[in-house]
Amino acid sequence: MITSEILTYLLLTPIITSVLVLFFKNDQVKLIRWFGFGSSLFAFVVSLIAYKQFDQTNPLFQLTHHVVWIKSLNVSYSVGVDGISMLLILLTTFLTPLTFLSTWKAIEKNVRMFTFSMLFLEAGMLGVFMSLDVFLFYIFWEAMLIPMYFIIGIWGGERRIYASVKFFIFTMFGSLLMLVAIIWLAVYSASITGFFTTNLIDLYKVGPTVPHQIQAWMFGAFFLSFAIKVPLFPLHTWLPDAHVEAPTAGSVILAGVLLKMGTYGLLRFCLPLFPQSAIEYAPIISVFAVIGIIYGALVSMVQTDMKKLVAYSSVSHLGFVVLGIFAMTIESVQGAVIQMINHGLSTGALFLLVGIAYERTHRRDIAFYGGIAKLVPVYSTFLMIAILSSVGLPGLNGFIGEFLILLGTYKSSVLGSAWFSVFAASGVIFAAVYLLWMYQRVVFGKVTNHELEHELTDMNTREILILIPIFVFVLWIGIYPSTFLKMTELSVQTVLQQVSAYSVNIIK
Amino acid sequence: MPANNFEYYLLMPYIVIGVGIILSVILEISSKKSKEYLPWFSAMLFVGTAIYSILNVNQSFVLFSGMLEVGGKSAIFNTLFNLSAALIVISSIDYLKKYEANFGEYYILIQSSVLGMMVMASARDIFMVFMGLELMSICFYVLAGINRKKASANEASLKYFLLGAFATGFIVYGIALIYGTTGTTSIQNLVENFVGYSSNILFVLGMILFFIGFSFKIATVPFHMWVPDVYQGSATTVTGLMSTAGKAAAFSVFIIMLNAVVSYGAPHFFKSYFAVIAALSMVIGSIIAISQDNMKRMLAYSSISHAGYMAIGLAAGNKFSIAGIIFYLAAYAFMNIGAFSVISIVEGKDDSRIGIKSFAGLQSKSPFLAAMISLFMFALAGIPPLAGFFGKYYVFFGAIQADLTWLAIVGVLSSVISVYFYIRVVVYVYFKNSEEEFEIESSVGTYTAIIVSAALVLILGFFPDILLGIITSSIK
Repeated sequence: MITSEILTYLLLTPIITSVLVLFFKNDQVKLIRWFGFGSSLFAFVVSLIAYKQFDQTNPLFQLTHHVVWIKSLNVSYSVGVDGISMLLILLTTFLTPLTFLSTWKAIEKNVRMFTFSMLFLEAGMLGVFMSLDVFLFYIFWEAMLIPMYFIIGIWGGERRIYASVKFFIFTMFGSLLMLVAIIWLAVYSASITGFFTTNLIDLYKVGPTVPHQIQAWMFGAFFLSFAIKVPLFPLHTWLPDAHVEAPTAGSVILAGVLLKMGTYGLLRFCLPLFPQSAIEYAPIISVFAVIGIIYGALVSMVQTDMKKLVAYSSVSHLGFVVLGIFAMTIESVQGAVIQMINHGLSTGALFLLVGIAYERTHRRDIAFYGGIAKLVPVYSTFLMIAILSSVGLPGLNGFIGEFLILLGTYKSSVLGSAWFSVFAASGVIFAAVYLLWMYQRVVFGKVTNHELEHELTDMNTREILILIPIFVFVLWIGIYPSTFLKMTELSVQTVLQQVSAYSVNIIK
Repeated sequence: MPANNFEYYLLMPYIVIGVGIILSVILEISSKKSKEYLPWFSAMLFVGTAIYSILNVNQSFVLFSGMLEVGGKSAIFNTLFNLSAALIVISSIDYLKKYEANFGEYYILIQSSVLGMMVMASARDIFMVFMGLELMSICFYVLAGINRKKASANEASLKYFLLGAFATGFIVYGIALIYGTTGTTSIQNLVENFVGYSSNILFVLGMILFFIGFSFKIATVPFHMWVPDVYQGSATTVTGLMSTAGKAAAFSVFIIMLNAVVSYGAPHFFKSYFAVIAALSMVIGSIIAISQDNMKRMLAYSSISHAGYMAIGLAAGNKFSIAGIIFYLAAYAFMNIGAFSVISIVEGKDDSRIGIKSFAGLQSKSPFLAAMISLFMFALAGIPPLAGFFGKYYVFFGAIQADLTWLAIVGVLSSVISVYFYIRVVVYVYFKNSEEEFEIESSVGTYTAIIVSAALVLILGFFPDILLGIITSSIK
């Protein structure tokens, strides 16, 4: 294993800067904003250095750093990355500075605390993606709730209190059951190996030996926690509330990164730790994933609020990711990983664009808009690109992910039926319907509302600069996905090998 | 065996506090300015004793023919009692003036109650336990009603006294039965022959009565009825002490008695007893706390549910869970003292401003207090990596090790419920706008107590091994 302290530096960057923010005076708004943006940009640079040290041809965890933390429980601060987590770390550090830029106008109240929360949140997310100790993972997973709770609760919309409390309790419910499972695993490992351990690499050996009946419960506890975060139908009800009430920056991070923690957890913990149960329950979970795809799309179709529409489209898109993961073929899991990134980029862009319009008019209902193509041509073009990327137009990023998932699901032996793929494919069509229909109602036609003419101004340079980097990656993944697929290929293979090694026991 | 000099040397902390009490009484009588010196004198006394105790944690000796044991677990408990009392004393200085109860007796009573707790935690004889318990309890009865002009305080004091005396009755009756059937009051003897004695139904009955009496003191369901009224009516700082150090002292007795479970295999019956009160306390405490609008009452129910989490450790009864309880008690003490100190600052005269509504918009009045109360609430809710999380983690760990996974699941589910009322406070503090205008009076003493508590909550959260290492090495 290649050891390096770069990941620790990456993790420390937002932690240290978030504490430093507190030393600013609350009225130094401009300075605080630049500081927040600057430090998240610095974190991005550090993550690029980490990427440079990252070796794509190594399927094991790399850049690991290991420090004993709690001796009595044999818990260590242990971080490392493989291709999947490296990609998600890059997504996190890439999106955070952009969201900082997006708050220039939107966040006026208590900027210091906002910056603190955002940086703290970034640290939590990075910690989740790089932890190689289940206990450490759990700590980041939970600690990250607090800043997000504040972001929704302080800077959110009208029903922000309801949304933030719901978000907190839903997530907490799932994760506390996971905590019991983590402890159980640690105690069980003592009976197998002779010592408590929560180290992921050790647990990979212990997990599959858990007796079948109990393994199902363990798998269930982990799965529930991740499924709530994803969110998988029917556990998705917190998501529309949280998304709609959160400020734009919160929604972007929530959709862009937070939801990915759920799918990442499935891939990193559920599958390799409990392979037998994962295979056994894959068809049932996939049914829920497919229901989620179609349900999310249908509900999106009838939304009158743009932000809610994008929020429900997340339920649909994340359904694809879960389906891809549980189809357990190379193509589908590769597609799922790419789709995680895609969703982060395209839904992030959509939330940013909805937010830009909202900042000007303070309205999000589709009926309020209409015919804005003439008023704000640049905005309309950008919205078009974001929508097409989300719809999955060939040549843009969404297509690659969805295509790979559908292809992989079609020939999946774990699911054993092509119908999953067939039904899921209908989600792609529905996506085109609800997104393009929204676009048509908002952008085309005559200007329906004359308030718009003086309220709605076109995007300024700052806003264009936020979206351009996102669109660069939208095109890059769409045209030349190998850059990203290569990065994750070996890691995905490793995960699937871990699972398939045990598939014989189930299929007999 | 006559006591020798060495034994008196080991008894130093007890003697120091005892002499401190006498000196304080003399000071109180002789000087009118004594009120200004007494808090600092007491704080120094407590801090000194705490430091002495923690430094001598490895010097474990049984003294006076098996009456007392110093060092080891007792030393850890002594440190905890003294630190808690020190924090409470310095946060009382300005509070008592506001509360119109700035009497010198207050500090003397706190010193005596701490001495009682120390005797309880070190006692290795049931009679010593009882003496310590009564010394502590009687001081608490008086402290609860320290302001005799306040109806609520009188009510609290009287209720506490009546129900406390009732519980004491159980304990004494239990002791009588235990002594009657075994002919011994030595805990060592009782514990070693626990299994043998258990064949006698009267002994088991005695133990049950004894345990029920202490279940009153640790505030577990179904013996919790006194808690909300007493915690609400007493002076806030007194509640802070009762709910932390007082609870810890009662738990220390359980832990000593539970040696039987750990080392000598007590009947399964006692495990079930603790499992049931643990489950009931966690669930009922958390559910009732949801509907409380009074901060002190809410924390009273939260205290009941926390007693439940700690009782999981008693039910599990292995070394890990015992260590977990002690860690939990320490974590709980600092979170709770911090929370009560913040409340004592916000609180106005005549029991006003202890409702959750008064905390609305606290963030705009005092960002510091807002951040602190949120920290304590998140810690009480058990969000990692704060101290409260590790307390829960350790007892759950012990429970799962002892095949009590169901109890751990009940525990996490009630944690989810409890999250609601803890973050409700944060909702008021940060998300709502202020409804009433009042000035926050800053107070050096109270702020110091809050900062120290917060620092300890963070330190125990980030480096739990510091304390857990000491605890595990003291449990042999």
